[in-house]
Amino acid sequence: MKMKGWYRRLAAMLPLAAIAFLLSGCGVNMGVLDPKGTIARQQLDLIIISSILCVIILVPVLVMTFWIAWKYRSNRKQGDAAYKPNWSHSGKIEAVMWGVPIVIILILAIITVQFTHKLEPSKALASEEKPITIEVVSLDWKWLFLYPEQGIATVNFVQFPKGVPVEFKLTADSPMNSFWIPQLGGQIYTMSGMAMELNLIADEEGEYPGKGANFTGEHFGKMGFIAKASSQEEFDQWVADVKKSSPSLSQQGYDELAEQSVIDTKVTYSSFPDGLFDRIVTKYSAGTGSGHHHGSSSSAGEANDSGHEGMNHEGMDMGAEGATASSASQTAATEEHEHHHE
Amino acid sequence: MDKIKDFASDFFVTGDPLIYGADVAIVLVTVAIVAVLTYFKKWGWLWREWLTTVDHKKIGIMYILAALLMLFRGGVDALLMRTQLIMPNMDFLKPEHYNEIFTTHGVIMILFMAMPLMFGLFNIAVPLQIGARDVAFPVLNSLSFWLFFMGAMLFNLSFVIGGSPNGGWLAYPPLTEKMFSPGVGQDFYIWGIQISGIGSLMTGINFIVTILKMRAPGMTLMKMPMFTWSVLASSLTIILAFPILTVTLALLFIDRFLGAHFFTLDGGGNPMMYINLIWMWGHPEVYIVILPAFGIFSEVVATFSKKKLFGYTSMVFALMSISVVSFFTWAHHFFTMGSGANVNAFFAISTMIIAIPTGVKVFNWILTMYKGKISFKTPMLWTMGFIPCFVVGGMTGVLLSVAPADFQFHNSYFLIAHFHQVLIGGVAFGYFAGLYYWWPKMFGFSLNEKLGKWAFWLWNIGFYVCFMPQYVLGLMGMTRRYSTYGWDTGWFGLNLVSTIGAFLMGAGFLFQVWQILHSIKFMEKDTTGDPWDGRTLEWSIPSPAPMYNFATDPQVREVDDWWEEKQRLASGGAPRPKPALEPIHMPKNSGMPFIKATFWFIAGFGFVFDWMWMAIPGLIGVAACMLAHSFNYDTDYYIPVDEIERTEAAARRGV
Amino acid sequence: MANQGNHAVAGAHGHDHGHGGHHDLEALRQMGFWLFLITDCILFGTLFATYIVLHNNTAGGPTASELFEMPGVIAETFILLTSSFTSGLAVLCMNRGSRKGLIGWLIVTAILGASFIGLEVSEFIKMVDEGAKISTSAFLSGFFTLVGTHGLHVSVGLCWMVALMIQLGKRGITSVTKRKVNVISLYWHFLDVVWIFVFTIVYMMGVM
Repeated sequence: MKMKGWYRRLAAMLPLAAIAFLLSGCGVNMGVLDPKGTIARQQLDLIIISSILCVIILVPVLVMTFWIAWKYRSNRKQGDAAYKPNWSHSGKIEAVMWGVPIVIILILAIITVQFTHKLEPSKALASEEKPITIEVVSLDWKWLFLYPEQGIATVNFVQFPKGVPVEFKLTADSPMNSFWIPQLGGQIYTMSGMAMELNLIADEEGEYPGKGANFTGEHFGKMGFIAKASSQEEFDQWVADVKKSSPSLSQQGYDELAEQSVIDTKVTYSSFPDGLFDRIVTKYSAGTGSGHHHGSSSSAGEANDSGHEGMNHEGMDMGAEGATASSASQTAATEEHEHHHE
Repeated sequence: MDKIKDFASDFFVTGDPLIYGADVAIVLVTVAIVAVLTYFKKWGWLWREWLTTVDHKKIGIMYILAALLMLFRGGVDALLMRTQLIMPNMDFLKPEHYNEIFTTHGVIMILFMAMPLMFGLFNIAVPLQIGARDVAFPVLNSLSFWLFFMGAMLFNLSFVIGGSPNGGWLAYPPLTEKMFSPGVGQDFYIWGIQISGIGSLMTGINFIVTILKMRAPGMTLMKMPMFTWSVLASSLTIILAFPILTVTLALLFIDRFLGAHFFTLDGGGNPMMYINLIWMWGHPEVYIVILPAFGIFSEVVATFSKKKLFGYTSMVFALMSISVVSFFTWAHHFFTMGSGANVNAFFAISTMIIAIPTGVKVFNWILTMYKGKISFKTPMLWTMGFIPCFVVGGMTGVLLSVAPADFQFHNSYFLIAHFHQVLIGGVAFGYFAGLYYWWPKMFGFSLNEKLGKWAFWLWNIGFYVCFMPQYVLGLMGMTRRYSTYGWDTGWFGLNLVSTIGAFLMGAGFLFQVWQILHSIKFMEKDTTGDPWDGRTLEWSIPSPAPMYNFATDPQVREVDDWWEEKQRLASGGAPRPKPALEPIHMPKNSGMPFIKATFWFIAGFGFVFDWMWMAIPGLIGVAACMLAHSFNYDTDYYIPVDEIERTEAAARRGV
Repeated sequence: MANQGNHAVAGAHGHDHGHGGHHDLEALRQMGFWLFLITDCILFGTLFATYIVLHNNTAGGPTASELFEMPGVIAETFILLTSSFTSGLAVLCMNRGSRKGLIGWLIVTAILGASFIGLEVSEFIKMVDEGAKISTSAFLSGFFTLVGTHGLHVSVGLCWMVALMIQLGKRGITSVTKRKVNVISLYWHFLDVVWIFVFTIVYMMGVM
């Protein structure tokens, strides 16, 4: 039983030791714990509120566990006076036992529902500034950012002015990934054939690490990017520089970019093909609409333009009969998609 | 000649010293086993006593041995990963290799370690607890085991032949479609799990029938031991959840094999559907493995507190409600899919609701200790380690269920830490407690307590050292499945600590192996059949239990019948009259399960490599086994009374 | 995949009914089979769900209304429903103790089942000839898998029925064969119910 006290002290010390460890390396990015935007800040608030609710029940339970285990150990001194081998039921205690968790969960549920609606990622942020739209495409294994309003494009780097709501529209031209900038707000999946929406805002200038958070194969670990929030002037200057000095991205250039590869540096393009993002989305949703036309008995005859991903195509000969992209402007076949636009 | 060379280099995994080492080890171990069996002329014994046995106790032991072997493999995978992450920019494992290792780690630990360990304990304890002579379908039970075994072998074979799967433990498409994963690894994954999954499904059916139909006279449902209740809840969940897994993996295979478009990017496929389906199985699966652990803790707490379990009815209600609600929470695994606020809120709340019955169970265990006389033998120690660990893990689970907060936790090390905390702190600790608890009943000797305590403390401390830092790492933005990270991230210190913790747990495992070997050598025989002063029927018979379990059918009057009977005898009551012995009706051994599972293995291997010349004969063999079995009416025999008398006398000699 | 559950169910257990025959044991097996049917229900339920999600995703390939030819399907439906009826007659004969009638009606049931499979296979072959393959579109993947799984169940049932007829010929009506007949007739009715759903959800709603 001596061990037990030691054990508890150790359990209490661990978080402290961990924090000490962190403080020793200063300038460390604390991610979620160091929010730099409204969304991330509210999410952290929510994390703290729910943690407190949990601790309210956690602490008494832990104290009770060890206190009872200690008090009623078999080799205790006070003998068998307190031993009640058949005591196994008490209506009052059981009512409390069910009641307390129900109340806590009820409170938490109410908070959760409120925050779920408040922090719905597709909801536009209230702000006096006009939002900026950035289109995001996850590729194997890099991030492509398109600025439809500015007409420029970047890879593994995204810049936007601080204090201006950013409306990310996201899709994938690769297996599903997840777009995450911990200091600005929670992540959202990037999925082929769908345009997801994520609204974030940066309150402070700075460079925030971004991640590809969902596993997409061999070099998925190389899908980090930098999200830079700057002043409006700096942003405008940067856009002008990119427009002046960077090469442009052609459709062919995009097709090459979409092939499996790792890009270590940030890349910028002064322009990109019109409607590129929509084409990427509709390419995969082509098969999901209804009312397609098809030849009498030769659906297999239609060419598929999606064969440029550069993957290994063994076995794809049987499966390449997708429709052409143009036929599917309306793609509301799947639930997820509909919900997304509500 | 070149063709053969090309084939060999595709067929065998090459180019990594670790794998060459494994090749050599596998060959050596196989040769050694064959040599030993031949030298000691044990082939016949192996066939008669083990490969063809339908005795639930032996099947349970085989499950447990296989599970411990898989725990070793999965544990080595874990240590390899932690070694790779010990410091930034490590080059110990290439990304490709790292991806394979986290995939096999997850699959093995859940499906080939936790599941068989659980089934092993089902087999050992349930028939004995309810006073039955075997499970309802003993041959089917043996088939379940051999299907699991062959599935696990097929999966593990991918390590040296053809290449391991590398798409994550749930193999999300489109990444796992032919387009992105053209190798055979993914097919090994599908067939390994599929074959063993069929076995799991049949075990579920088997135990439901056993529990509902084969209880001793007088044991009503509300007088069943709590572990049996938890097995019932878990088995019901199995039969409702596993068919979904079977279908999902079959569809993925049809995609890969026939070029269909269930989950592909093109042709109208819907990868999101896979994610929904796999979690409709995957979430209940988590409860399938945790519910029996709850049952074990209930037995252990009551036994070692020498006190009735507090709130029996609450406990039963909690178990059953968990298994129902577990089917309505699956979407919390992808709140970030953009399903909209209402869908997310629904699944957030359904997830939180599960915390209520789970919390109630914790209170029940604590109140069972209250006013008891608690002794801290190893099974109880694991229980004491479990409660705080699981409570904290459950709380972080509640945090994860808060949908908008989950946007920040998802796919990060916070999530990793959470599910390891409930799976190690809940499931593994629970099964260890059960293993230590029923070990004397299985083998007739106890495990060394001192080494057991060492193992416990190493596991327990190692656990916190390993996983507490991972919560922080997750909040700092460390994403799961990263094979390496840079110095600039600031994640070095915590990762180093975490790796140290992982190795502490590895040391704990070594102590357990040592403990078992030590205890075999210095055998402390359990001559009483009741080493813990137990409460339920399994402790009323000798250890190890005779082949037929109970010489006469026990008559049950109340919960914890054996304990009450002992109390009655101690206070001077007369022993109950023993009914006269009668011949006992027993099932005959059968070679069919082993042979049929072998044919499944052959078929599976054929499908993995697209070798129809192998797959089709395999399937024909499976069908032939079924028919042969259907035509076999010579399946049972009687043990005569004088043989029962001899066995009983021998077993009681030590008393 | 999971449909071999029952075949493997066998072997006795000793529940101390040394003189009472196998009634208890046969009841256990009957219950095991009911549980197996629950798992099979879920299996089909999942396949129906995938089909419903994917049924509009024709990816430029043929749609349901272009592909399905109802006369053949209606014929299949009538044949299978009739076979369910005749399997019921077989059970009635068994309960009357008539082995001849039992085997006779089982033969009729098996012939009807075989013709159902024959029609279905020819329907599939025709579709594939027209270029509507499992790899053509997600809709067809779902269609072939769902309907094919049902067909596979029926085929397994046929083999099983033939094996059972041989056993009945050899051993007559005993408690064991009786249970086996009850179980297969249950299975057969179950497949009939599944087919009614296939007919409604896949074919009827497909052509409407």
